[in-house]
Amino acid sequence: MNNSYITAYYYDEEELLEGIRQIKEKGVEILDVMTPFPVHGLDKAIGLRRSRLTRVAFWGGTIGALIGFLFQAWVFTQAYVINFGGKPFFAVPSFMPVTFEMAVLFSAFSMVLAFLIYFKLGPGAKPIIYDERSTDDRFLLIVKAGDADETKNIEKALSQAGAEGIKHKA
Amino acid sequence: MFKLTKKLQTIGFAMVAIGLLALAYGFIAGLGGDRIIANLHLNGFYFMSLGLIGMFFVAVHAIAESGWQVSMQRVGEAMSYFIPVGGIIMLLVFLFGGMHHLFEWTDEAHLDRILLGKVAYLNQPFFYIRFAVFFAGWILLAWMIRKTSRELDINGDKKYFNKLRKYSAFYVVFLAITSVISSWDWLMSIDAHWFSTLYGWYVFSSMLVTGFSVIVIFTFVLKKMGYMQHVNDEHIHDMAKYMFGLSIFWAYLWFSQYMLIWYANIPEETIYFYERLKYFDTIFYMNLIVNFAIPFLLLMTRNSKRVFWVVVPVAVIIFIGHWIDLYQLIMPGAVGHEAAGIGFLEIGLTIGFIGLFMLVTFYGLSKAPLVPKNHPFYEESLHYHTNY
Repeated sequence: MNNSYITAYYYDEEELLEGIRQIKEKGVEILDVMTPFPVHGLDKAIGLRRSRLTRVAFWGGTIGALIGFLFQAWVFTQAYVINFGGKPFFAVPSFMPVTFEMAVLFSAFSMVLAFLIYFKLGPGAKPIIYDERSTDDRFLLIVKAGDADETKNIEKALSQAGAEGIKHKA
Repeated sequence: MFKLTKKLQTIGFAMVAIGLLALAYGFIAGLGGDRIIANLHLNGFYFMSLGLIGMFFVAVHAIAESGWQVSMQRVGEAMSYFIPVGGIIMLLVFLFGGMHHLFEWTDEAHLDRILLGKVAYLNQPFFYIRFAVFFAGWILLAWMIRKTSRELDINGDKKYFNKLRKYSAFYVVFLAITSVISSWDWLMSIDAHWFSTLYGWYVFSSMLVTGFSVIVIFTFVLKKMGYMQHVNDEHIHDMAKYMFGLSIFWAYLWFSQYMLIWYANIPEETIYFYERLKYFDTIFYMNLIVNFAIPFLLLMTRNSKRVFWVVVPVAVIIFIGHWIDLYQLIMPGAVGHEAAGIGFLEIGLTIGFIGLFMLVTFYGLSKAPLVPKNHPFYEESLHYHTNY
């Protein structure tokens, strides 16, 4: 978070969803929401757009399948040409299991790596604790703050919407 | 309440008439008893299985205490009305020439060593006893589930829900065992010198994906007629997930059976695929493209699963595709490459069966309210949200 932000928390998910609805009406920009468990309908409430990880998964899988298939084709027709029980050297049926597994492998690995890179969770990453109570059982709301006046208005809007523990981080 | 209007009846009977015309054509054009019988057998089995899967849809979701399917449950129940109809047709086919035209193990005078080894199982008395057991169980259990489902709708008492789950459990277990054994009897024994231990599940997965697709097709038709307005994008999304996943599952089983036989390269087993690749190769590859490549590519994205104008055409494609699947399971062994073909007999007869299946399912739909208002999960199915 480069800009300053305000954190606030709720005690349960119904209040959270209702509070989000109220502050969005007031035009407050939500940066993030942290919940102890997945909340049904939260994505829609904060207007979260669809994850791009699905595209990573698709291309990862396609590339994995191509690499797997082409590598086997090269090995068994050029590099280590061995006669296995009279089967053809370019044996498509026998290439399929490895091709499938490579697709799954590349898809899964690329999703995990993309996730870690995007959220800067590589080795040595320091955890950012916005509010310690989010590590326990509170539903944390992180909203964008502005200059001093805007911040006061936002804080007022938040407490009207039922949030507690409102803190400002510059 | 659904009404089986005169217009629908006319359409249905017109299609049945086309089927009878095709049958007559088969006799007049001298297409041969093998081919005519094989087509009657194919279509009888195909549509009967759709009835079985219709009830399976209801049963398996009742056991899982799932709520979303309640909106479409009546379609599955209505399809199960065809089980006895298909059974009668199959029985008539067997009694009037089917046994000798379809199954070489009925030719008692010319049993070779392999067929003699299987004679304790592949003999006509045992065959008919199994037939009777299968249909008695299927018809009885489907009837009890339908009855309990209707009682549940009348007074929503939890004890009927528990009864529904109990009968559903019996049905699912009974179907799992009998669908496998029946596929050996009615399909695998056509090529009696061959066998595959994966066969039963391969056939079942084929029927499963087709049955669920047919539920989608009927739901769409009903919506177009003004019924089932409570079925929304969320329900279609989940049905499309089934169509996508079960098509992949079917392809997985297809490939498992094929690859193992290809790799071991044992002539006793490979002869099965050799015949198909040599004489029925177009059908053989079309089977894979239509049943795997098309559903896999067209239903991959989330959005495609939520629009009727993608899901319903793919459902129709799956329905046609698994007819082709059954074709390459039955025709090479029952008819042979010289006499087999796809002409007016095949297409007309299938249209006739579609008409008959439509009439029976619509009749079934008219026997109970389309909307199970007192089902404990009805409200849940109205507000259902599926995510990915």
